[in-house]
Amino acid sequence: MARMLSARRLIPPVLRQLAGDPLALGRAAQSAVSEELVPRTRTADRVVQSICPYCAVGCGQKVYVKDERVTQIEGDPDSPISRGRLCPKGAASEKLVNSPTREMKVKYRPPHGRDWQELSLEQASDMIAERVINTRRETWEEETDDGKPLKRTLGMHWLGGATLDTEENYLIKKLFTALGAVSIENQARI
Amino acid sequence: MPGLGTSFGRGGATTFQQDLQNSDCILIMGSNMAEQHPVGFQWVIEAKERGAKVIHVDPRFTRTSAMADLHLPIRPGTDIAFIGGIVNYIFETDSWFREYVQHYTNGPVVLKPDFQDTEEGSGFFSGWNPEDSAYSIETWGYNRSSGEATAGKSEQQADVSGDQAHGAHGMKLKGGQPPDVDPTMENERCILQTVRRHYARYTPEMVAEVCGCSVEDFLKVARAMAENSGRERTSAVVYSVGWTQHTHGVQNIRGASIMQLLLGNIGRPGGGVLALRGHANIQGSTDIPTLFDILPGYIPMPHPQSHPTLDTFVELNGPDTGAWGNLRAYMVSLLKAWWGDAATEDNDFCFDYLPRINGDHSHYAMMLKMLDGGVKGMFAVGQNPVVGSANSKLMRLALAKLDWLVVRDFQQIETATWWKDSPEIESGEMRTEDIGTEIFFLPAAAHTEKDGSFTNTQRLLQWHHKACEPPEDCRSELHWIYHLGNAIREKLKSSDDPRDRPILDVTWDYPVQGPYDEPDAEAVLQEISGYSADGSFLDSYDGLEADGSTTSGSWIHCGIYKDGVNQPARKRPHTEQNWIAHEWGWAWPKDTRIIYNRASADPDGKPWSERKKYVWWDSEEEQWTSLGDSPDFPPTKAPGFDPPRNAKAMEAIAGDKPFILHPDGTGWLYAPTGLVDGPLPAHYEPHETPFVNPLYAQQQNPTRQVFPRPENVYNPSDGEPGAAVFPFVLSTYRLTEHHTAGGMSRSVPYLAELQPEFFCEVSPALASERGLEHGGWATIVTSRNAVEARVMVTERIRPLEIQGRQMHIVGTPYHWGREGIVKGDSANELLGIVLDNNVHISEYKVATCDIRPGRRPRGKERLALVEDYRRRAGSNA
Repeated sequence: MARMLSARRLIPPVLRQLAGDPLALGRAAQSAVSEELVPRTRTADRVVQSICPYCAVGCGQKVYVKDERVTQIEGDPDSPISRGRLCPKGAASEKLVNSPTREMKVKYRPPHGRDWQELSLEQASDMIAERVINTRRETWEEETDDGKPLKRTLGMHWLGGATLDTEENYLIKKLFTALGAVSIENQARI
Repeated sequence: MPGLGTSFGRGGATTFQQDLQNSDCILIMGSNMAEQHPVGFQWVIEAKERGAKVIHVDPRFTRTSAMADLHLPIRPGTDIAFIGGIVNYIFETDSWFREYVQHYTNGPVVLKPDFQDTEEGSGFFSGWNPEDSAYSIETWGYNRSSGEATAGKSEQQADVSGDQAHGAHGMKLKGGQPPDVDPTMENERCILQTVRRHYARYTPEMVAEVCGCSVEDFLKVARAMAENSGRERTSAVVYSVGWTQHTHGVQNIRGASIMQLLLGNIGRPGGGVLALRGHANIQGSTDIPTLFDILPGYIPMPHPQSHPTLDTFVELNGPDTGAWGNLRAYMVSLLKAWWGDAATEDNDFCFDYLPRINGDHSHYAMMLKMLDGGVKGMFAVGQNPVVGSANSKLMRLALAKLDWLVVRDFQQIETATWWKDSPEIESGEMRTEDIGTEIFFLPAAAHTEKDGSFTNTQRLLQWHHKACEPPEDCRSELHWIYHLGNAIREKLKSSDDPRDRPILDVTWDYPVQGPYDEPDAEAVLQEISGYSADGSFLDSYDGLEADGSTTSGSWIHCGIYKDGVNQPARKRPHTEQNWIAHEWGWAWPKDTRIIYNRASADPDGKPWSERKKYVWWDSEEEQWTSLGDSPDFPPTKAPGFDPPRNAKAMEAIAGDKPFILHPDGTGWLYAPTGLVDGPLPAHYEPHETPFVNPLYAQQQNPTRQVFPRPENVYNPSDGEPGAAVFPFVLSTYRLTEHHTAGGMSRSVPYLAELQPEFFCEVSPALASERGLEHGGWATIVTSRNAVEARVMVTERIRPLEIQGRQMHIVGTPYHWGREGIVKGDSANELLGIVLDNNVHISEYKVATCDIRPGRRPRGKERLALVEDYRRRAGSNA
């Protein structure tokens, strides 16, 4: 097969196009490089079913993984909603995961600081826990002026995106309600 | 959500996207479905190929319009008048579905004699209290009934939170029966006649005057909807944020709901109101909310005055009848899920562990409080308010008042970097070293790096499986919040302060797995679904008990782990099922794809027609059956069932009442409770408008929330001096290639390349009037700020003739900011904060502006330009 293609490659692309590949998407576009190409979908170690993280249509995605890294994301033909299709955003979502500018490190800006500093994840989490506890203590409202219970803080505000999972939102609402923090909000308010 | 909630009972789309293929007519309004929900749009095309008529009513010509049989541009913010015109047409032509309306809606119910409509009150309903800028709603109720004024009314009149904002809690009707009903619907004070009178002035001529369309074009739409509804045919309405982002957003949706109920299109295949949400889990973020005023499953947050105990909470929030009649069971099961063994009958199941709300504690209210120094800390988690919220500058000024800010995202978004790069730094209004806010940036895991579920636009939960571990410091929110909770509980563990009991007693024991101790998302899903007394998984919320023997983290999701199976993870290919594909994912409630589907059969339980068959009564088996969906009705309740006089909860729902969340089981043409701005929609002008309201002396929605202050200055509207300084209508929207505030798209190289620059769309007429050049630059100015955009001169935006004047629209997508692979000004710099008081959502879809050729001035000169406009307009703070 490879030899046949190679032989054909000796014919110039325009002639190949005229000879039965009018859109120039097949034989006419082949080269020595493209002949060697293998789809990432074929070399993947595994394929995982997922859902597109952009709009709320809820298209099915197939996530291809090689060497513990996402190498390709395609539409899931099994989905009754999307039937294998993805829009430009969904089709580009491999680059959402593997964006060249994706941040993978914690960053810290102290008050009045002029630039980011490094911080470990553990230290950041510990510092945030301290901030939550202190803010809650300092801004606690036990009751109204006429003595009715409030048991809350309005000293913190949470604004979440609507790409968080259901299970994540559940734990967020649960934790902050137990802390008495009531202004827990999300994109639905925007 | 309250638009759908008050109309039908639940705050979610009544149907599912695939069902659009069964429609005979699809009206798309307030939505650009082909570009914003491209893959879902295939179902519109399927319908069209089967002969359905597709209509797009929208100010802009988009790819949705290109695929429609008819595109009709209207002035932004006039949808209530347009739909109102269709309702009027339905009455004038006697096209309403009599049997459906009589049995399935509250049309026959007689109202109180002292109710006064906007038509008699110059744009106000009865009960207006000018001092509070709020209605008291006693006169809005059913005749001879009481309790329609919901819980804690006195503390909520100016602040609708919880109880009123999410539907029909609280109305008391003995045995589920409205006391005064006229089945002939001829009584002058019955709802059907009230609705007919209310819309009498919404004539085709009035629609043309308000909306700027022709009478003929309007009639084409009205005729199409009427002709394609009835026993044999059904029409669907599709909307998106083009309807919600107004100072009367909820009433836009109410209008469509009234129209669809009159036409008999709810609960039937090919019918419905399909709310198209814009984010992977935005429906889910309301169902299991991160919202201040509700708990999971739309249970209201308690108030300090009216809810001292669980009993008073249930008494005031739960009607005696309908599905909410079991509120106590839902609430106790939630409290048991959260506080476990600590929650006992003796301590009211820890009801007093819940913090109370007594005002608007929503996003914008909090940002304004922050601006005044009243908020110390903030979390922005997958959200970029500096680009995505109205009045970007106000957002930054507020963030600069914080002690600490936590940002979790994939990228260094503008909300993480405003302290070193922002228009205010550039102009010298802020200096980095003066800003005292401490900022933590935490990198987030992607959807491919964690297990979990999204709820799509049709209430369908779908599981996404983890493909690999997140890199370096990236973690899921599940991981972060679980371990943050552990850290806080560890630090407080020796506390004997009573205020720390709720956080120390909360159930927080989840199995962890993998190299980073990731909590098991399925364990969380199991808690949401809930357990019976014997520890087995519950099938549905019907199994929840009020005695503390059952648990469920969200009653509407009860059964999502039934039979010990992760139901959202069911992925049987659609090719192996019928078109309903019931074995793919799980939809709340009870895995129902078309809700209120009892209405797809006639009062006797027979399909309205063979063509529109979906759910029907099987008289041999004595149960409801269907084409393959879950019947949204008690499975063995016969169509002729007549409840006993003192029946409670679901027993009080008669056999011909499909809207089981409502205390009377009907769809509400008229909403006696649940909304702050009226039981019926009335056309009000947007907050900023170049026109006077032709329908009422009252110009704008009188209940809208305004925040006049130097940081949130409004443009004068028509009739006020200086309005001519901002002569054009500004509208914002999204593009196919970008996602909201850009954090998930400006950093994706392909998408950045496809839509590299902030631009505005203007008509050739406006371009020529203002000297704007295609491909050149323009500066857009409001009383808030000035931005620069590339100019797209296009026939897609047409000037409209309104009140004898030509009206121009400036359209802008809003995705850009100062970070990312592609950068540009943010359209939200231009918008002020002005809210629909039902939901506290801002009016992003309409403001006024000016536009001029050329780039905006830099630094201080930008401020001078805005100041000059404010001075000339006399803009009021």
